[in-house]
Amino acid sequence: MGQSFFKPDSVISRPQNTSMVRISLVFVGVAIFCLYFADISITTHDPWLEVDRMIRGVFTPDFLATSAIGDALLKTVSFALIGVAMGAVAGFLLAQMFHFRVVRLLCSFVRSIHELFWALIFLQMLGLTPLTGILAIALPYSGICAKVYSETLDEAQTNALQTVPYGSSIISIFFYVRLPDVWTHIVNYTTYRFECGLRSSAVLGFIGLPTLGYYLETAFNEGNYSEASALLITFYVLIATIRYWLRPKLIGFYLMFAPFLLGGGADIQVGNIIRFLTFDIVPAPLRGSSLLDSASWVDFFYWAQTLINSQAFPGMIATVLLTQIALVVTGFLSLAFFPLISDKFFGKYGRMIGHLFLVIMRSTPEFILAYIFLQFWGPSMLPAIVALSLHNGAIIGHLMGRYSNEISLRPDHAKAINLYGFEILPRLYGQFLAFLFYRWEVIMRETAILGILGIATLGFYVDSALADIRLDRALFFIVITASLNVGIDSLSRYIRQRLRLSRTVQNYSS
Amino acid sequence: MFQLKNANLGYKQTSVLRNISLKINSGERVALVGESGAGKSTLLLALQAQMKNEAALIPQDLGLVNNLSVFHNIYIGRLNSYSSVYNLLNLAWPQRREVGKIRPLVDRLGLEENLFKPTGELSGGQQQRTAICRAIFQGGDAIIGDEPVSAVDQHMANIIMETLVEKFMTVILAMHDVDLAIKFSTRIIGIKDSAICFDQSTINLTRKDLDFLYKN
Repeated sequence: MGQSFFKPDSVISRPQNTSMVRISLVFVGVAIFCLYFADISITTHDPWLEVDRMIRGVFTPDFLATSAIGDALLKTVSFALIGVAMGAVAGFLLAQMFHFRVVRLLCSFVRSIHELFWALIFLQMLGLTPLTGILAIALPYSGICAKVYSETLDEAQTNALQTVPYGSSIISIFFYVRLPDVWTHIVNYTTYRFECGLRSSAVLGFIGLPTLGYYLETAFNEGNYSEASALLITFYVLIATIRYWLRPKLIGFYLMFAPFLLGGGADIQVGNIIRFLTFDIVPAPLRGSSLLDSASWVDFFYWAQTLINSQAFPGMIATVLLTQIALVVTGFLSLAFFPLISDKFFGKYGRMIGHLFLVIMRSTPEFILAYIFLQFWGPSMLPAIVALSLHNGAIIGHLMGRYSNEISLRPDHAKAINLYGFEILPRLYGQFLAFLFYRWEVIMRETAILGILGIATLGFYVDSALADIRLDRALFFIVITASLNVGIDSLSRYIRQRLRLSRTVQNYSS
Repeated sequence: MFQLKNANLGYKQTSVLRNISLKINSGERVALVGESGAGKSTLLLALQAQMKNEAALIPQDLGLVNNLSVFHNIYIGRLNSYSSVYNLLNLAWPQRREVGKIRPLVDRLGLEENLFKPTGELSGGQQQRTAICRAIFQGGDAIIGDEPVSAVDQHMANIIMETLVEKFMTVILAMHDVDLAIKFSTRIIGIKDSAICFDQSTINLTRKDLDFLYKN
């Protein structure tokens, strides 16, 4: 008995680092290392001048500035509705074939490419037509829906199966026994996806489709901040009230009208589609030559190598740097944000303000936040980091806050900072890491796309190639971006499995 | 119609019942009795596995789809009798023809007010009656049930037992209520210590004869 008092110092005094803490420290270390190489300078001459005008605009929203607000919102909703509905239906069908490896790979490929990249691709094929916007949403959403629906169906309770009479058709069994058990979950998830679809649809305006982003960009360019603020406020109201107007029974009704609200556009030219598929996207050295011609393959490898060295590689480095920094800042912000809506830390009114702040931050797409900060600070990684971490931090903070409300504490629990550090955070930390790692791939996908705004990530090179009408290069960069996303996704899955983080949190965070 | 010969029954590696030989003829009404955990469910599952397409089943967990209504849960009993298209039609809009067939059943078991309520919102007894209705609606010659009247009152238990013996030629039920077992069965099988230790015709049997099954 006496011996145990004389443990060697190292055993008593050094706290045990759990694997969760260790992995967190590794990521923070990597982010600090990345920060050293990242360009986070402020390049605008007087960054605070515009801020002043902008803040004034926020408090003087002008809802009558343009009759376009209603039109912009109707179109944003219509694109989202049709795109998500198509994605959900296709995803549902694909989920039934998800046990085929080729289907899984296909789905993981289409969802690893951001909606905006898809929009840029379809823009080349179909021109500025409603179909471009719809497909840009429907395609990646079908990939993500297929995955989630299939996982959900796998988790359905099956004890009713043994009572089904022998010889019932697979279809009948599916709809009577398997589907009803998970139906509510599928409806909830699809509603959540629709909310994401509204954000995607809004952002599509930045490449010229007639949705919110288009009007927002115009208002910003003209310095008309009161109009911009009115546009954003109505958008928040639209998102915050989804559950009141998006009734399952009304969806059929909405879908009947939505196609007529998309507006027209250029005619779709079959010739364009054929040229795009057979010529434009074929790497230049391979165009018009036989696939058996070894000389053109040598040219192709030289072409690919040059592109990788001069553009893809720097783009990848920038994308990874920005992703890692934004991921860690997101983590810190989530930890700072979640108490704002937690009943362990704030009263009813305090939480209302917290909710308002988090709703605004998570309803504003990263792309729009980045666009706004870019106006202040000029094109460096700084606006991108702030935008990505505010948006994602608000999402994770919201989810963690909800979890923290379910914790029950003993009556004599600690208060304030001790409550946070000793009672709440240790209980939520696993959830927190799970959310963050699920968000990792999303952050990388967004990081790449922010290149369109002039930050030198992969999207920047895609956008430049498109501006030069070198579609083969653009597609090459998009495929590289997609592979990077797939890679991060597997790495994240590996870490989650190593840390045994729960799987149930994934649906609403990816 | 059911037959087991020197069978070892159980979940995975652990065998709950050892060296079981049993033969049940068509037309028999068999009650399985014994302490909970003795192996009644295991024996029922083995019998059901033999008779997959001939016997209706009421498992212990009832096997209801709790997001579906009582009507649809009962209708599941005849999913194999109609085309998939008709089944889907009936899922979206309950067909008058099917409601007409199912209504007398639910009336008899006192579920008429809950016909279109999801079973997840019902009490344990109501859920049990739904599962019984499903088995009756499925029909066939035989029924296998695992304590099908454990959650209903004495009066309802009698109605249910009467209905079951009326609708099915062969009835095999695990029972926890010995008096009820004696009242409705023609043969009683007692299970204790991983074996069948009692197997007799019910005629002239009294409760006392079975007491030993429940003693250590």
